Amino acid sequence: MHIHEFQAKQLFAKYGIPIPKGAVASTVDEAVKIAREIDGSGWVVKAQIHAGGRRAGHFEDAPQGEGGVRIAKSVADVEKHAGQMLGHALITTQTRPSGSDVQRVYVEQACDVQRELYLGMLVDRHSSRVTLIASAAGGVNIESIAETHPESIIKLAIDPLEGLGEETAQGLVSELALDEDQASVATRVIQTMYEMFVALDASLIEINPLAITATGEVMALDATLTFDDNALFRHQDIQALRDQAELHLGELEAAQHGINYVKLDGNIGCLASGAGTALATLDAVHLLGGAPANFLDVPPVAQVGRIKEALKLLLSDPGVASILVNVFGGGIMRCDTIADAIIMANREMPLKVPLVARLAGTNATFAIRRLKDAGPNIIFATDLADAADKAVKAAKQTKEIQRRSWWQRVRGVSG
Amino acid sequence: MAVLIDANTKVICQGITGQQGTFYTEQALASGTQMVGGVRPGKGGARHLGLPVFDTVKEAVDATGADASVIFVPPAHAAHAMHEAIDAGMRLIVCVTERIPVLDIVGVKRALESTNTRLLGPNCPGIITPDECRIGIMPQEIFRRGRIGIISRTGTLTYEAVEQTTRVDLGQSTCIGIGADPVQGMTFCDCLALFMDDDETEGVILIGEIGGEAEEEAADYLKANPSDKPVVAYVAGRFAPPGRRMGHAGAIIQHGTGGAKAKLEALRDAGVHIAESPVTIGTTMAQVLARGKSKEV
Repeated sequence: MHIHEFQAKQLFAKYGIPIPKGAVASTVDEAVKIAREIDGSGWVVKAQIHAGGRRAGHFEDAPQGEGGVRIAKSVADVEKHAGQMLGHALITTQTRPSGSDVQRVYVEQACDVQRELYLGMLVDRHSSRVTLIASAAGGVNIESIAETHPESIIKLAIDPLEGLGEETAQGLVSELALDEDQASVATRVIQTMYEMFVALDASLIEINPLAITATGEVMALDATLTFDDNALFRHQDIQALRDQAELHLGELEAAQHGINYVKLDGNIGCLASGAGTALATLDAVHLLGGAPANFLDVPPVAQVGRIKEALKLLLSDPGVASILVNVFGGGIMRCDTIADAIIMANREMPLKVPLVARLAGTNATFAIRRLKDAGPNIIFATDLADAADKAVKAAKQTKEIQRRSWWQRVRGVSG
Repeated sequence: MAVLIDANTKVICQGITGQQGTFYTEQALASGTQMVGGVRPGKGGARHLGLPVFDTVKEAVDATGADASVIFVPPAHAAHAMHEAIDAGMRLIVCVTERIPVLDIVGVKRALESTNTRLLGPNCPGIITPDECRIGIMPQEIFRRGRIGIISRTGTLTYEAVEQTTRVDLGQSTCIGIGADPVQGMTFCDCLALFMDDDETEGVILIGEIGGEAEEEAADYLKANPSDKPVVAYVAGRFAPPGRRMGHAGAIIQHGTGGAKAKLEALRDAGVHIAESPVTIGTTMAQVLARGKSKEV
């Protein structure tokens, strides 16, 4: 689960990682008020969306304009920038093409930055340990630095039994070329990062940059914090930080039903059980020249009601020209559950496009008979190869029919 | 022969009295697996499905001589169950439970170091040596005893590979679902090592998917440990939507691995035969084995 920068900074402040003075605003008036309350002669106004690349991005209504992180030299500037950001969609390389709506801006004191360091922490699959990544050179180019100067990236896998002791932390910080006072702050920062990582079940904590200011202070200028979805059950306070507005409508519904849904550009609605099978279904459709309308993985533990809701996501998508259901029953997932979900979904939202079903494994024969008895018009497939083929052909036919009926309408009007 | 489990494997189920524990213990018994008991704290001394129930894994092992355990304990308590099985000296742990917090598994992995216990999973469908032993949730009816070792990172796609190898008359020696959680027990490499040493296994199928670097590591392993046995791989997700980024840290630590293209290149480079489509896994293996045979003649 992602949270916003301002939420991450609030958590940093709570745990004692130094950050510049700042606060979040959801109106221009609030932004101005915060700017007035903060001393100093400069401010940074930062759009609060979940995607990275904000500085280099642009707003939907100003393609040539500035990005989502701007320096303000006066309170009037803060007012101007907040006005241009709030209520507008910010497009970055990491957002959807239409961008993300900015509903809040973070206003903070600008710092005179002398140096930028990088600190990141995540669970490394290779070592199976929480791993700290640090670089004496941070900032927006950190990934290219890692590419061209891999030796400048320091990695430290942390033994879960020992934790991150002061001595180890000091050893790592000694490679970052800091003076004594700065080193002691940085040591505390990385120890605190690990403390937060474990206490909050984080999956990523990133400080880029950790800045050294002209006055020698060490501060986290940006904060990225994501959490392990599987551990949210033991963190009610973190769950409360979820921003519903950040999810695509379909994705939000899917999340509520515990289903993995990603909207794509094609016209073949795909539903599969199990992430691997869902990916393989996309592969099979693509290799036959088809284009999936979505990725949709119904977890094997899903109840019939949840699968029905997932199907309705596809049935209600106007861009879908055929639907492919690919389920290999096994384990907890039984094919008759899928059959029941199809029957229920069809009752609430009748099928308008061909539905191809490939049902194999546990209770497949029973499920197919049930579907045939219930009557919705379904095209059955013997295996995945057959199913992908039939779904791609069915989508083409639907398009052809739609094209013809459009012509008939046009002719009808003109004639 | 087969790998990891055979007719002599004695299995207990942790969480045996739950709905899933009950269902899959019944299934395992029906297919002839030596289920010897179960664990459910607080219900020690009871019997369930005709099997003795114990409060702790230690008691179960002492009383039954079990050497393998399957875990159906809910996510919040699954790590504790694994630690208990490790402490009891279990030879093989199969953790079916999914959605376990990753830091819990980091702790379990640490506890596995310097022990002889092997862990499959978490979030894995289990392991089957057809006609001998079945641990986990895989559907039995698609299996047939035969010559192919299957190692899969993706739960349900495992069945696709099993069904296809059955259909081309190759069958399976042992099929291992290793799971695809970011931190997990046995890896492709661990399982490859076992299959390469197994007389009954004539070829190995790897089912991978995008993300992580398990496929790249398998490729490195095969390069360093060449074998005559052909390996066929399918990697799901060539046409997947771009995934969510894990900040810069994710990109730095992955340094170019993780995508389908990088995985396929690494595997090809290691001499692995690639099944381009999920529908040609079985036929690719059949063709490769037939070519090998005709060369020998």
